[in-house]
Amino acid sequence: MGRQLLFEHINTPGIRGLEGYRANGGYRSVEKALRTMSPEAVVEEVKASGLRGRGGAGFPTGMKWSFLAKPPGVPRYLVVNADESEPGTFKDRYLMERIPHLMIEGMITSSFALGANTSYIYIRGEYFYVARILEQAVAEARAAGWLGRNILGSGFDHEIHVQVGAGAYICGEETALLESLEGKRGNPRIKPPFPAVKGLYGCPTVVNNVETIAAVVPIVNDGGAEYAKIGVGRSTGTKLISAGGNIKRPGVYEIELGLSCDEFINSDEYCGGVDGRAFKAVVPGGSSVPIVPYELFLRTAAGEPRLMSYESLADGGFVSGTMLGSGGFYAYNDAQCIVRSTWNHTRFYHHESCGQCSPCREGTGWMEKVLERLEHGEGRTEDIDLLWDIQRKIEGNTICPLGDAAAWPVASAIRHFREEFEYHVRFPQKVKDPKHFAKEPFVRNANFATA
Amino acid sequence: MSARTRPITTTEGTRPFAFSEAALAECRALMARYPEGRSKSALIPILHIAQAENDGWLSVNAMDAVAGVLGLQRIEVYEVASFYSMFNLHPVGTYVLDVCRTTPCMLRGSDDVIAHLERKLGVHCGGTTADGMFTLKGVECLGSCGTAPMLQCGAHYHEDLTIERADALIDELRARNSRTNYTDR
Repeated sequence: MGRQLLFEHINTPGIRGLEGYRANGGYRSVEKALRTMSPEAVVEEVKASGLRGRGGAGFPTGMKWSFLAKPPGVPRYLVVNADESEPGTFKDRYLMERIPHLMIEGMITSSFALGANTSYIYIRGEYFYVARILEQAVAEARAAGWLGRNILGSGFDHEIHVQVGAGAYICGEETALLESLEGKRGNPRIKPPFPAVKGLYGCPTVVNNVETIAAVVPIVNDGGAEYAKIGVGRSTGTKLISAGGNIKRPGVYEIELGLSCDEFINSDEYCGGVDGRAFKAVVPGGSSVPIVPYELFLRTAAGEPRLMSYESLADGGFVSGTMLGSGGFYAYNDAQCIVRSTWNHTRFYHHESCGQCSPCREGTGWMEKVLERLEHGEGRTEDIDLLWDIQRKIEGNTICPLGDAAAWPVASAIRHFREEFEYHVRFPQKVKDPKHFAKEPFVRNANFATA
Repeated sequence: MSARTRPITTTEGTRPFAFSEAALAECRALMARYPEGRSKSALIPILHIAQAENDGWLSVNAMDAVAGVLGLQRIEVYEVASFYSMFNLHPVGTYVLDVCRTTPCMLRGSDDVIAHLERKLGVHCGGTTADGMFTLKGVECLGSCGTAPMLQCGAHYHEDLTIERADALIDELRARNSRTNYTDR
């Protein structure tokens, strides 16, 4: 097991309450920052840590913070993105549910660095029970003087509010989140201006993921340089991976970035190998990242062992690589059908498209229809090229990245599993049963001869 | 039409709606959390309260009451209520079963759970049983992929579902017969 920076005390009894959290070293980063550091020094530590946004984009956090505009007399906000809706991702829920004070501590320390006196946690509405846990933790922190006016006599005031959403994947996109927080439909804004200049209520705002904010705690406690020693290259520190799908040991794992993919998926310390006959494919970073065949997850096209890092997973670009994304990892065994899974992915994006941009609003629906008929053995040969064409026309042509996120799973499925799509067209009777590959797994290069 | 634009109900449920005193106090506390002139930010939390006080769905009367509390144009409330999937725009059963059907759940057998519930309850996803007890909804990823398949009922997650566990849950809810809602009020 690698170093556990966020999960060190995740199973310690009583860690959910303030008393237990404090007894295990909680709120030290607030003491250190407010008593001994300047806001700029905290930003410098985060820059030195190399921490990158853990919500999926992987943008350097310290750089994002340094873009925050500071016009005099204008309030600044920190908004924590707890909308966690990327299919495959459940790490933030786990963290907030088990050790809510870790994120709250990170919010106070980060807000001090940013000069924000108010911060909001925007949590998806489905996590209502988690919002209640957070509200209670905020109340405890306020009663103990970690929130409110003049915290630790430093002159710094801070207040945290918990805001619930109401079911909309798009609200995980930071500008849609801000619209929703302002009481509107979650339609993403055109950027620029970026939230760092014009965010919540038109004021400079930093939006960070739950895990990113939690990571600020060990970074301030131990120093950015110490954090940067963990990991590989520009992938520093630890990452929470939500592991699901057809593996033996689903759950949330904190890994040191740079762990070998083979070890992660097969060792009993992590996923524990395949649940079923054999692995077929992997989506390592949430449904929006390209799906790759199991062999390409283990090794790059050049034959190098693949690592759980931003760079290594992306090695080969979209031709043979994928992305770390949010760390929403799920694996497929050979009973699964890639066409069915792609149909499912696409239905999700069609359902969640906000409807602003025509390519996404219409294109996701067209792809869903085409995939549905392919999966049910009613497809045509030209459907595969049609799908390719539609996804090409969505990618890059929308205000927010949802369009790209809808296109990539389709493009990668066709790129790596084209034969399986063709099989659905050529042998419609064989795919009528929804569990067609559970009984007779699809074997590349073989079924065409025998079917 | 985008999946994100859903018609509101104007013909069903003309029953009048008024917030309880406790709910009004909660609304006022919510509105005070935002800066001067920004109380519209409380719209989504207040819609959750209205839905909980209106048998689990938002009638036009309920939405108009929300507009009244916040001092908004009614259309500002309708356009938000119709955007978010947790807001029900038609009457629902005593229990709403939100069954996750997105890919990670599908890989672990959610199709079987949904098919079983449809058979057992005699409704398709989106439908409500004739006795008004259950509304079955197929929903998108609920962030519970490691404990899939799963469903949400009210504020509670029911995880690691099997056919047997789903049956036991239905029996238990039926016996309890008391409405649940997302806010767990």
